[in-house]
Amino acid sequence: MSKDHPVKKMSIIVSRGSLDGIYPALIMANGARMEGIEASLFFTFFGLNGLAKATMDSLKVATVGNPALNMAMPMLGMPMTMPFPTWMGALPGVSAFATGLMNKEMEKLDIPPVREFLELISDSGGKIYACKLAMDMFKLKKEDLWERVDGVLTVGQFYEESAGEGTHILFT
Amino acid sequence: MKKTIAGTEVDVNDEGYLTDMSQWNEAIAAAIAAEEGIGPLTDAHNKVINYLRQQQAAGAALTIRSMGKSGIVTTKELYDLFPGGPLKKSSKIAGIPKPVGCI
Repeated sequence: MSKDHPVKKMSIIVSRGSLDGIYPALIMANGARMEGIEASLFFTFFGLNGLAKATMDSLKVATVGNPALNMAMPMLGMPMTMPFPTWMGALPGVSAFATGLMNKEMEKLDIPPVREFLELISDSGGKIYACKLAMDMFKLKKEDLWERVDGVLTVGQFYEESAGEGTHILFT
Repeated sequence: MKKTIAGTEVDVNDEGYLTDMSQWNEAIAAAIAAEEGIGPLTDAHNKVINYLRQQQAAGAALTIRSMGKSGIVTTKELYDLFPGGPLKKSSKIAGIPKPVGCI
């Protein structure tokens, strides 16, 4: 740890739209604000799934192509070494089940649902941005997004917004 | 270690958090607040501090989310009252341990 060069700001890019793809960024942004560090979240590509009003309350855990799902076994009272074959992730209902399981565990740890988490970060002074190019690509309009989005930015504007000594840009 | 705060000798850890919340008083709170660049402490600060002490005494785990839902203070107000680390600084001033959670 260097006391001379503290982290002053975290600019976090959210590019994935699954529940497990979005939460790390929310936790890092909120954690930054709690430490007195500025934070902004820039939702791009599939990350916009977590910022669109129609989808943000029903994000799912990615169970297809996720060979680490054995990590969820302790939530069912089984050892984490218990295999979870990847083909099983494609069975109907498996993603919904895993999502329900993870949401329950997160609630126990006082981790809020996505919408409430964004409110918490916004109330704390964190900024929430959407990527203009990705919105054009996915046919999204500003009114499709969560009401409290601070702005729709181009990449250039994102870098401008991130400027300053002690800023770190994180891609998730 | 021992430290004298506002004329009272108290036990603190290496980050300056009181290790025995019963040694706390309002003069100590004011002195820690001044050291942290907070204050002078108002009724709004004191409401938060008293709530934190009650929660700590009850053994509750404190999170920024639970504070915002407490009805004592909103998230915005908490950040305004204790800039630069709302839960960390308010806990220090309240004479309770530094919160260990990530939320």
